[in-house]
Amino acid sequence: MIYIVLGFAFWAAGWVLNVRLANGPSGDVRSVRIAIPLIFGLTILVVWEFFVLGFEINPVFLPRPSDIMIRMSQELPRLWADFVQTIIKGALTGYIIGGLAAFGVAILADRSEFLTRGVLPVGSFMAALPIVGIAPIFVKWFGSDWESKAAVVAVMVFFPILVNAVAGLRDTTAMQRDLMRTYGAGYWPTLFKLRLPAARPFIFNGLKIATTLALIGAIVAEFFGSPTVGMGFRISTSFGQLALDMVWAEIVVAALAGSACYGLVTLLERWMTFWHPSNR
Amino acid sequence: MKSFFPVVTVVAAVLLIWIIAVVPMNMHLTADQAQRDGLAVSPDTPIARQDFSGLGLAVRNSHLIPLTYVNVRPRLPSPHQIAIELYDTVIDKKITSKRSLVYHGWVTLAPTLLGFAIGTLLGIMLAVGIVFSRVMDRSVMPWAIVSQTIPILALAPMIIVVMGAAGIQGILPKAVIAAYLSFFPVVVGMVKGLRSPEGMQLDLLRTYHSSNSQGFWKLRLPASTPYLFASLKIGISASLIGTIVAELPTGAKAGFGARMLVGDQYGQPILSWAALFAAAITAAALVGIIGMIERGTLRQMGMKPA
Repeated sequence: MIYIVLGFAFWAAGWVLNVRLANGPSGDVRSVRIAIPLIFGLTILVVWEFFVLGFEINPVFLPRPSDIMIRMSQELPRLWADFVQTIIKGALTGYIIGGLAAFGVAILADRSEFLTRGVLPVGSFMAALPIVGIAPIFVKWFGSDWESKAAVVAVMVFFPILVNAVAGLRDTTAMQRDLMRTYGAGYWPTLFKLRLPAARPFIFNGLKIATTLALIGAIVAEFFGSPTVGMGFRISTSFGQLALDMVWAEIVVAALAGSACYGLVTLLERWMTFWHPSNR
Repeated sequence: MKSFFPVVTVVAAVLLIWIIAVVPMNMHLTADQAQRDGLAVSPDTPIARQDFSGLGLAVRNSHLIPLTYVNVRPRLPSPHQIAIELYDTVIDKKITSKRSLVYHGWVTLAPTLLGFAIGTLLGIMLAVGIVFSRVMDRSVMPWAIVSQTIPILALAPMIIVVMGAAGIQGILPKAVIAAYLSFFPVVVGMVKGLRSPEGMQLDLLRTYHSSNSQGFWKLRLPASTPYLFASLKIGISASLIGTIVAELPTGAKAGFGARMLVGDQYGQPILSWAALFAAAITAAALVGIIGMIERGTLRQMGMKPA
């Protein structure tokens, strides 16, 4: 009972603190703007901890955040091995293959107005489909190691990157292209000096959508067959052993990896499209 | 309409590549079967054939090429096999039959639509809260954005099992996942939409001495409609994908996801592929329906898509 009261008390305290901070005089200071969501997140964690204790929820259903953190610190080597297998070998390889393929097809399609008009609708149609359903088929084709995961990821990331790259390559004005022509620039100089740079904001948009898809593809594909290592494998087997704290530990790793990859692409975007209005 | 021929061309090209790929993909299986049926195959042992690629084998046994298209258990089914399977299970079977894809489709569609409705409603409510409360904006919005980068879809099967263990069964667990996945796109889109009126428009309302709630109903909400539809389209396909993934490895007995897995485990690839295509057609139909409602609504309101 005391834990439930404590939980509510902490919730109220966190909320009051955030109201003060957000509406106070320093509400727009950078450090405060970062602090507010952190306080909110911390409040949720603490309330979760207290409520699990207070309502005596079986840890098989919902472990406490502290259990999860202890488990994470104990299982670091295994979590790292799973991370390397799933994220580096599966997701990253597939991401690079799919990205390069999409890029190549986009540049080829871009050479003809006819193809561009065909590729754009088909690509955006494909991007909305449940492509992850090919995972069982690909595991059968390419074996259960990381190759099949990379293949699933490559297909999943292909369409969003393709659509954005094709749309980006069209994003130059007639005036800009005419200027290049007055310089006597042919197809390749125009592509490298004008159209590819102009397409970067679009391409990065596609790359950002694709990061989350890549992780989803790599993890889900492991549910259908994998060596005895990998995040998807660990999630499903730990689940079978009712070791929910390990499942949550993997979830935390997946969440951190997802945000980190997204953040990395965003940083790269800032660096490479510093001239774009949205970054100035 | 001017993109009709380009689209047809691209689709035809993809189909052509697929039809050509069927030969090398299935050649080994076909050669083994042909040998058992007493046809001449070169080289004449399965082990010797392993040294050849599918393409090499096809060149040496060109008389077997037609047989690669009629394999019962192909590695890669040919398009016409999938079309026949789709026709059989969608149109020929009674919808009450366990083998009808319409039945499986409904098992997947019901939680998708329920979850989508719940997720959209909650998403709009949270977006309204975020737009009107500075605290909500500052504390919840960053997490809403971060949550988009987390591969939560990969955890869908676990959520199903946990809820099942807690006694919640039926369409609700799948609907929860569908709701979760459509929730955040709607929140992010609606916050953007509700904030889209410019200072000048808000000022005009202030000169009319209108209240906050009038400003909401008469300006902010209508202005957010294009953004709402853009996120609804993302949300509905995310919901459907979530439901299917939730069905995949959890031992679900019915639904598109279950169908894909059953076909895979019992060596009936055509079945998996038919389910995959049925799911794709369903996804396309759902997005298409929302697109139609979008066009109608926006035309009535005299607006353009976001």
